[in-house]
Amino acid sequence: MNALPTRKLEAWRYTDLRPLSALSFGAPPVAVAVPDLPELPFPRFVFLNGTLNPTLSTGFAYAKPFAAPPTFGSQPMAAINAEHVGGGINIEIPVGQDAGEALLVSQADGVTPFAYHPRHRVTLGQGAKFTLIEIDEGAGTYWQNAVFEIEVAEGAVFQHFRLQRESMEAFNTIFIHADIAAGASYEHFTLTLGAKLSRTEIEANLLGQNALAHLNAAQLLGGTQHGDFTTIIRHKAPNCPSRQTVKSVLAGRARGVFQGKIEVDQIAQKTDGYQMSQALLLSPDAEMDIKPELQIFADDVKCSHGATIGALDEEQVFYLRSRGIPEADARQILIRAFLEEALEPVTHDASKALFEEVLESWWGRQ
Amino acid sequence: MLEIKNLHARIGDAEILKGVTLTIPNGEIHAIMGPNGAGKSTLSYVLSGREGYEVTEGEALFNGENILEMEPEDRAAAGLFLAFQYPVELPGVGNANFLRTSLNAIRRKRGEDELDAVAFLKLARAAVKQLAMKEDFLKRNVNVGFSGGEKKRNEMLQMAILKPHLAILDETDSGLDIDALKIVAEGVNTLRDETFSALVITHYQRLLDYIVPDMVHVLAGGKIVRSGPASLALELEASGYAGLEAA
Repeated sequence: MNALPTRKLEAWRYTDLRPLSALSFGAPPVAVAVPDLPELPFPRFVFLNGTLNPTLSTGFAYAKPFAAPPTFGSQPMAAINAEHVGGGINIEIPVGQDAGEALLVSQADGVTPFAYHPRHRVTLGQGAKFTLIEIDEGAGTYWQNAVFEIEVAEGAVFQHFRLQRESMEAFNTIFIHADIAAGASYEHFTLTLGAKLSRTEIEANLLGQNALAHLNAAQLLGGTQHGDFTTIIRHKAPNCPSRQTVKSVLAGRARGVFQGKIEVDQIAQKTDGYQMSQALLLSPDAEMDIKPELQIFADDVKCSHGATIGALDEEQVFYLRSRGIPEADARQILIRAFLEEALEPVTHDASKALFEEVLESWWGRQ
Repeated sequence: MLEIKNLHARIGDAEILKGVTLTIPNGEIHAIMGPNGAGKSTLSYVLSGREGYEVTEGEALFNGENILEMEPEDRAAAGLFLAFQYPVELPGVGNANFLRTSLNAIRRKRGEDELDAVAFLKLARAAVKQLAMKEDFLKRNVNVGFSGGEKKRNEMLQMAILKPHLAILDETDSGLDIDALKIVAEGVNTLRDETFSALVITHYQRLLDYIVPDMVHVLAGGKIVRSGPASLALELEASGYAGLEAA
């Protein structure tokens, strides 16, 4: 196996993979248990321990057979994925087609530690529309190391909403590469709740005028969880907007990481980039590392970035309590309000409702 | 309604209240006036349960129960309401949602049925109208981007909806123009009955032209140094607090 990246690499400075390299992972076992599936009325792909389950999956008109993957240069996790890749979805939405939505569920049952390396491909033709809701979940110890390859052609809109609620012993690493053509949009939101250690890495290329990337995320972590959201947005054409709102809520001894790089090529005049990362520390032992990076070679651009790290405002807590709202509820209301800005761009009702529901149950756990 | 007996309170090492004794009977409105630094705001925070204040002596009986032992939310459920001098902004929290959560939390604690969204909105819209507020008030985030006057009106809206038995108005008049002042006064006056009392904390006599108190107390140096009828406020306006601080 290709070596796991170490903290000597700048891009991996804040995420230490030694807990991952300390374990030895076998091949995925055959899944026996019949899982509970989310009740969303959409065509679905269900992967159990990394294998597509034909009984639990429904047909989807735009699904193609799994295709041999290309490789992604130097990204180390993608290289490991390419060595071991076993399967994945391959979706092609034809030109002008509004394909509605589909659900991608990846469930794992790690009675003994195992790893799986799915490779997914989503391609939208010109003017097409598609929403993919992805849910990663499971029990026990396992490692999911996924790669997503995304192409959004001129004027197409791809909404990609992810709920990562893996087992607390699991590892989840994902690398997403998105090529976005002129006038097209890639709207991404990840809600990270699970895994002992996770990293979502997105590389988005804005290749034509008015291409848009939304890379938003919220992570709610407790215990000794580690969650990393790392993005690179490459503005390679003029007049492209990019938006990033990343909110982290960290309890216990949890550690959050956000690394956001915006590269603006010389020809990418009138770039409009916005990046905001905010963390709420609910305990004195929680930690957040934020690294914004702007690399700008054009001279007429608007790029703003900001970062804040703080605790809940006790004045606000008291104000709510003085109006009869119990302290635990008051804190919950304020945390939910803190997340609002990241959730706001999730305009798809069923996805939004799913996220709301799992957030509700997160409060219950704390 | 409220009996404060020999109340002493400190912040850190500084003793701010040095034996406040005060009784507000049912249905009465009392005003507390006094110079800056007299302990007026401390009194309101101690009564409503804000952290950071240590009560070292005395008690405050609210309908016979010592509220100083209660959590702030339980004081609210018992019928205490503090109108803040500086209402707090809550970005990301809608005003209507906040008001309904608050009302229902109080109703739940009192063993009453919660109001559904429709019943609540009906009630809230009526209250908004009565306070001459714009309807979009309910849709905005709590106090975010509100002018000083709007924030104070929002406090009055909360009071109108929560219908407390005792309201403490902590310098609610500061920074208000005459129109806003009248609205605040009307907010208090419409609640005036046998089951409602109020403690109006103010630096100036002006508000008391519109909310006529049954009694006026002067707080100076952490103690009530003088009490009298409404006319005392006018007297203080003319003579100032200077002579009283030494008392």
